[in-house]
This record gives sequence, structure tokens and C-alpha cells, in this order.
Amino acid sequence: MLMNEIIKLIDARSVCGDVCTLSTDDFEFAFASDLMSDVLRLTYDKTMLITGLCNVQTIRTAEMAEINLIIICRGKKCDAQMLSIAKDCDICLLETDHSVYRVCGELYSYGIKPLY
Amino acid sequence: MEYLFEIEGANFSVAGNASSTIKRALKQRNVDPAKIKRIVVALFEAEINVVAHADHGTIRVLIEENQVQMFVKDYGPGIEDVDLAMSEGYSTASNSVREMGFGAGMGLPNIKRNADVFEIESIKGLGTNAHIIIYL
Repeated sequence: MLMNEIIKLIDARSVCGDVCTLSTDDFEFAFASDLMSDVLRLTYDKTMLITGLCNVQTIRTAEMAEINLIIICRGKKCDAQMLSIAKDCDICLLETDHSVYRVCGELYSYGIKPLY
Repeated sequence: MEYLFEIEGANFSVAGNASSTIKRALKQRNVDPAKIKRIVVALFEAEINVVAHADHGTIRVLIEENQVQMFVKDYGPGIEDVDLAMSEGYSTASNSVREMGFGAGMGLPNIKRNADVFEIESIKGLGTNAHIIIYL
């Protein structure tokens, strides 16, 4: 499975990082949350974050939780500070106009597993 | 190695900078990634607590041979009932904190889950002191 296929599946735009260097072997799981403390509880690696929360703390949380791919949903746009921190931390960012629910559905159907 | 950070209350744009600095320092020392994650998650939650609840505070981190010690001191309203605050889901956070993705009452439990030692003292009206140790 290629990241290009996932980008196409959820009509995403890559706004930070060379997401195509990642493979879905890097992402066995996905976790969706707008609550960052829940993200900080994750103990599994190989997890991508799907969220509608679009602020600098989304990026900082991913940094601490060792998440290197975030899908920002509902048409939210990352600002310059978010992009700068994500770049420093080697975090790839995708933006999509789709809802969290739709993105979860598409990725689940595609074989990305839930954590719980 | 000792690190000292001044933390500004309510300034979410720089919240996490201290934890990020410590993460980089630990990576440079080739600390086990699983330990790094526990340390920075505990520290980040503590840092967010200062930003979310206090006027200001300090974070002091000691990276030692066999452990990392974190001393988090804030000048805020204090915690009225520490035992209650340690329970998952209890929160006194404002709506602005919730809008940043925090304030759901998971911060202190997350620190406790990751720490080998977690001591917290609080005086209502003065502030809160937390001491976190994670063994390497």
C-alpha cells in the first residue's frame, strides 16, 4: 500500500514533509481524537493521528507521542508555526476537507487497523 | 545535566517548548526511546498544566546517570483536592484550555502512569509543586 493511494483516497493535500517517503508499513494503526491527552496515552508505535484539532499543540502532542503522520480534517489549515515545528520534528502533515468520520471510514476500509 | 525553564501561564503558542528541548537532549544521549516517550509525555502534561492553570511557573530537569528528575513548580490557584484531581476525568480547566485539546482530566493520571515516582503538593491560593522521577 502506498501513501499516494491514501492521499488520493481521502482527497488530502500534503503540506509538510515528504509523505511519499513513508509507507503504510509504517502505519499499522490509526487513532482519531481531538483530545490530546488521549493521544498521549497511546503506547503503540506505527500509529497515524486523525484529528480536527488544528493548532500548535496538535503538533507538540504528536512530537511527544512519537507520531510522524497527522491527518488534519474538516478543512482546517495549518499555520506557519505548526508547519515550522512539524518540519523540525520530521512530522508529515496532510490536510483534507473530509470529516474525521469519513477519513476513519475510508482508512478502515483500506485496512488500517484501529488501536482499540 | 541540569535544565531550567520559565513557563508563562496561558501562552499555548510556546507550551511544549521545554518538553521538546528535553526530548532532544535525551535523544542526543541515546536514551532508550521507550523511556524518552515516558519522560516527555509526563513532562509535557506537567508543562501543559502550568500553562493551563497557573500565572507562571518553573521546570527544572536533572538528567542523571540512572534517572531523570523533573521539578515542576507553579504559582497558580493550587489544587483543592489532590486525590480528586488524580482521578481520570476530573478537571477544572477553562474552555480556552479545552479548545487547545486538553482539560479533560487526564493530565495528572497520565503523569502518574508514566512516572516511577510522582509526588505532588499543593496549597490553595499559592500553587503546586510536582516531583517526577523516571528511572533510566
